[in-house]
Amino acid sequence: MEPLVQFFYILLPFLRDWPEWLALTVIGIVAALLMFGFVAIFALFAIWLERKVSAHMQDRIGPMEVGGWHGWAQTIADTIKLLVKEDIVPENADRILFKLAPAIVFTAALAGFAVLPWTQDFIPADLNVGLLYILSVSSFAVIGILMGGWASNNKWSLYGAMRSASQMVSYEIPVALALLAVVMNAGTLSMRHLVMAQSGNILDWNVFNFFPLTAVAFIIYFVASLAEVNRTPFDLPEGESELVGGFHTEYSGMRFAFFFLGEYANMYVVSAIATTVFLGGWLPPFEFLSFIPGPIWFVGKAMTMVFIQMWLRWTLPRLRVDQLMYTCWKVLTPFSFAIILLIGLWKVI
Amino acid sequence: MVGFYTVLLFIFTGAFLVSFTVALSRFFAPTKQYPEKLIPYECGDLPQGDAWIQFNNRFYIVALIFLIFDVEVMFLFPWAVVFNDMGLLAFVEMFIFIVVLLVGYAYVWVKGDLDWIKPKPRLEHLAKGKGE
Repeated sequence: MEPLVQFFYILLPFLRDWPEWLALTVIGIVAALLMFGFVAIFALFAIWLERKVSAHMQDRIGPMEVGGWHGWAQTIADTIKLLVKEDIVPENADRILFKLAPAIVFTAALAGFAVLPWTQDFIPADLNVGLLYILSVSSFAVIGILMGGWASNNKWSLYGAMRSASQMVSYEIPVALALLAVVMNAGTLSMRHLVMAQSGNILDWNVFNFFPLTAVAFIIYFVASLAEVNRTPFDLPEGESELVGGFHTEYSGMRFAFFFLGEYANMYVVSAIATTVFLGGWLPPFEFLSFIPGPIWFVGKAMTMVFIQMWLRWTLPRLRVDQLMYTCWKVLTPFSFAIILLIGLWKVI
Repeated sequence: MVGFYTVLLFIFTGAFLVSFTVALSRFFAPTKQYPEKLIPYECGDLPQGDAWIQFNNRFYIVALIFLIFDVEVMFLFPWAVVFNDMGLLAFVEMFIFIVVLLVGYAYVWVKGDLDWIKPKPRLEHLAKGKGE
């Protein structure tokens, strides 16, 4: 039985008396709503954190007014503002595609949450192809962005969408190949089993496997995943200083908010994949720390990765398009192939 | 299969929440539209021509390479899962498979199709004045 269903049956015993399909539907929807709540709270927190981090890195103090303590309610105020903003669809736009685009971007991001293992017992869907599923779902975002950029009938949007398509598509290769390096050793694609294979202390985590080969794979994955989620230094699809707003130039109000929410959700998803595959998921680094529950470790590790993404954003300048393609096709891809072959060789000999 | 059903529910819930929130904002948001507001943004000027133009997508060939590599990755994933059981045989087979692909990759690299700015075709073999 699925870990999630078991978890809910223990939590709410009366669900056992319901017909199975109804119980499964209710459990699935509740899990999806839980994840949506997490995404919303995470985005509120992460946007606030990003503004604070950027401010302190530039020797400013950032938002301080709204809500009292260090402006904690700033993002909530911004969200309410976006909710009451006028929703404008440009006259010449392709209306159907224009309205569909943010939904696709956000739905793809939320669907990625379905296989994240928060702890051994709580994983919404323990698919046996979990890793493959999350890779394929996250590439749906490209379609949404391309649709949004094209449908806007705006030149900035078109440029942003085209850049984003070539970038996200190219960087999918190093992402997949870097994850493959771990799968070869673990022999499973289920997110839960990937973590369970790393139990022990910090040296059993996959980053330290075949040292330093998997560590290099981890770095390749991290760099490529930054490009996958359009974060600086790879934020060419929306580079404000050259493309106004990139693919979401024409979006306003809630539709814009969903693009933004999808971006932050994707930030968390790629960090969570890195945590699951390379950094031991919900497992504590040392045995004596195991009194701290798994989800705290999982979220903590993922948040550290998110913080590193923010750190990089305010440290590195944006790449040029040709440098972007150079990095992907001439640096990351050959290196990840080399790592796969070397790990194979290591295991065979 | 329960897992896939949950995934389906996730997708439906996500789509529903987006449409619900957008509909909710229609409740609060003002609607005061006039023709100028509905013009696509182009730095404040009137937009010059349509944005749905023929676009020089230089990465057509890269898109093709991506397609090949992505299919290859699809083959590599099941291979990686059973790698522990198969051992040397799996390694040698996939080594040949990857090498065949890398030959094509090297060809594309040398041809310069991975560069954003494509090199001009070399025309030295033509008599002077013809290729200019």
